[in-house]
Amino acid sequence: MGVYDNLNIPYSQYLDHHGQLHETCSDYTSDAKNLINFYKIMLRTRVFDQKAINLQRTGKLGTYASSLGQEAIGVALGAAMHANDVLAPTYRDYAVQLSRGIKMSDLLLYWGGDERGMDYEFSREDLPICVPIATHTCHAVGIAYAMKLRKQPRVMVCIIGDGATSKGDFYEALNAAGVWQLPVIFIINNNQWAISLPRDKQSATKTLAQKAVAAEIYAEQVDGNDVIACYERMHEFIERARTGGGPCLLEAISYRLSDHTTADDAQRYRSPADVEAQWQFDPISRLKTYLLENQFIDAEALDALQKQAEQEVEEQVKIYLNTATQPPEAMFDYLYETLPEALQSQRDEVMRKGKKHE
Amino acid sequence: MSETNLVEAVNKALAWELDHDKDVVLLGEDIGLNGGVFRATDGLQSKFGEQRVIDTPLAETLIVGMAVGLASQGIRAVVEIQFMGFIYSTIDNMISHATRMRNRTRGRLTCPMVLRAPYGGGIHAPEHHSESTEAIFAHMPGIRVVIPSSPLRAYGLLLASIRDPDPVVFLEPKRIYRLQKESIEEAGVALPLDVCFTLREGDDITLVSWGAMVHETLQAAEKLAEQNISAEVIDVATIKPLDMKTILASVEKTGRCVIVHEAARTCGVGSEIAAQLAEFGLTFLLAPVQRVSGYDTIMPLYRLENYYMPSVEQILSAANAALEYA
Repeated sequence: MGVYDNLNIPYSQYLDHHGQLHETCSDYTSDAKNLINFYKIMLRTRVFDQKAINLQRTGKLGTYASSLGQEAIGVALGAAMHANDVLAPTYRDYAVQLSRGIKMSDLLLYWGGDERGMDYEFSREDLPICVPIATHTCHAVGIAYAMKLRKQPRVMVCIIGDGATSKGDFYEALNAAGVWQLPVIFIINNNQWAISLPRDKQSATKTLAQKAVAAEIYAEQVDGNDVIACYERMHEFIERARTGGGPCLLEAISYRLSDHTTADDAQRYRSPADVEAQWQFDPISRLKTYLLENQFIDAEALDALQKQAEQEVEEQVKIYLNTATQPPEAMFDYLYETLPEALQSQRDEVMRKGKKHE
Repeated sequence: MSETNLVEAVNKALAWELDHDKDVVLLGEDIGLNGGVFRATDGLQSKFGEQRVIDTPLAETLIVGMAVGLASQGIRAVVEIQFMGFIYSTIDNMISHATRMRNRTRGRLTCPMVLRAPYGGGIHAPEHHSESTEAIFAHMPGIRVVIPSSPLRAYGLLLASIRDPDPVVFLEPKRIYRLQKESIEEAGVALPLDVCFTLREGDDITLVSWGAMVHETLQAAEKLAEQNISAEVIDVATIKPLDMKTILASVEKTGRCVIVHEAARTCGVGSEIAAQLAEFGLTFLLAPVQRVSGYDTIMPLYRLENYYMPSVEQILSAANAALEYA
């Protein structure tokens, strides 16, 4: 027993949960402007998230998966990625999607039951959110392969949750990324819960990061609620991959402060007291403390950011609510590039059905 | 022009596309130096390089998942799954991603990929190497399922499948990989997808088939001709989407139809053809539609294989039942 105790997965934290800095920041994270930007996007994500839940509760949105408490991972990633890098997100990655220019109205449109919410105006090569767990890890390998084949200085980033690390797709993807030394970064948002299954029942491994070691892929852990540490590690990993250093994996340790989705009731499997205790590690409040204590920003400016975020969300919600439903035949219109003749009569059928309901 | 069997025709079509479209890549197990277990990719890696003719780790989920990712970047991945018996772990990616990428992104991303696999029985292969499960894919929306039955159609239909902007499952009937040779002009000319091929014209009965079974069906037509019965033989070729126009027009002429396929009967593609004949062709049917197919059993190991496979005699007997009806 214990022969594998020396796997030695490094762990990073810059900013502790009291907002105290323990490491030396890079030029990027020393710059108040960048930190304020981190704060701003985390805030936007959280205000958006709360609004989306309210919309669902009032019957104006379908089932929605909240990102509450995990905003730092995505915001750091958004800053570390280049615009022409490619993202393969899962459903809880609004922070990075918003960072990459994806509109709140599109995210709402998707959860509001409309495919047009995946027709992003920016970051058009990013994959749409992946629902079947871990399947996009293999897509990420394909995209990274394309980048390497075409000798492009681009990086592929794939985000998964803790549960995804139990799936075969994940191991197949890691294995192949290792063989071909592809420019792909796997980020695990380890939020401790895969719906009702806690982290310790998901895997016997001490870390999720160490799963990469079997594929000879370098891996680290980071405090996923510390946006500075997340940025530093992600930036280094991504730039290393960009310059031919091959794949890496980063396990960002966070906590899912919300239910799994609005259709879930987490009180069935975890106590509200346990969740309450996790709020002390909240990524937004620790950055706020750090910004205020170092006089990078004052309370008044913070208030202004809050109002700005609320205003933006309201405007985006308006766009979402004012988007007319697609005509019923839209279900046929992107099935193939050209609809085969054999399907034409079914399309006519649904059009007639649509007219009857008008 | 060269005399070419079916598996060589596959090789020639792959070579043509690799040569003429820099965005085409092949990936699969043992397809490189080894040239694939049936030699479908023989010589292609040495000609087009390891980066475009990719020997993958032994991981079918990965292979098809990669194809989805490559396709989203505009690279046409032509995947070889070594045997259809190993294709099932790819179904998640096919149904959850490949077939719906265009739809769910409203055309922002697409999935021009080909999933090739040898399929079908009759070569005394080991367990899991002989099934015909094309209907599983035919049931998926947003896909094409193409099955050649001759070297010429393998060449032309594979070219069309690679050039198609949507995902295609291309199933190669391995029993006839080396059965016949045809002259193929290597000029990169594709055949049309989504249409049946009428291989033999006739007035008395319509025989509908695809894949290796086309050969038994043609033999049955020959025997019927000896009895002065003229049978029309249709090779469906693209089983999804289905060209019912051609089949209905033929049955309108003959009034009688036998559907022949190797796959299990229940919910086989023959069921769909029979259903559409009942829906749209009832008034011109002179006899019940007959199906000659594999059984709703597990494909037996090879000692009983020949009992499972539809035979010329079975096709003749079904044809005679249809001809003698009323």
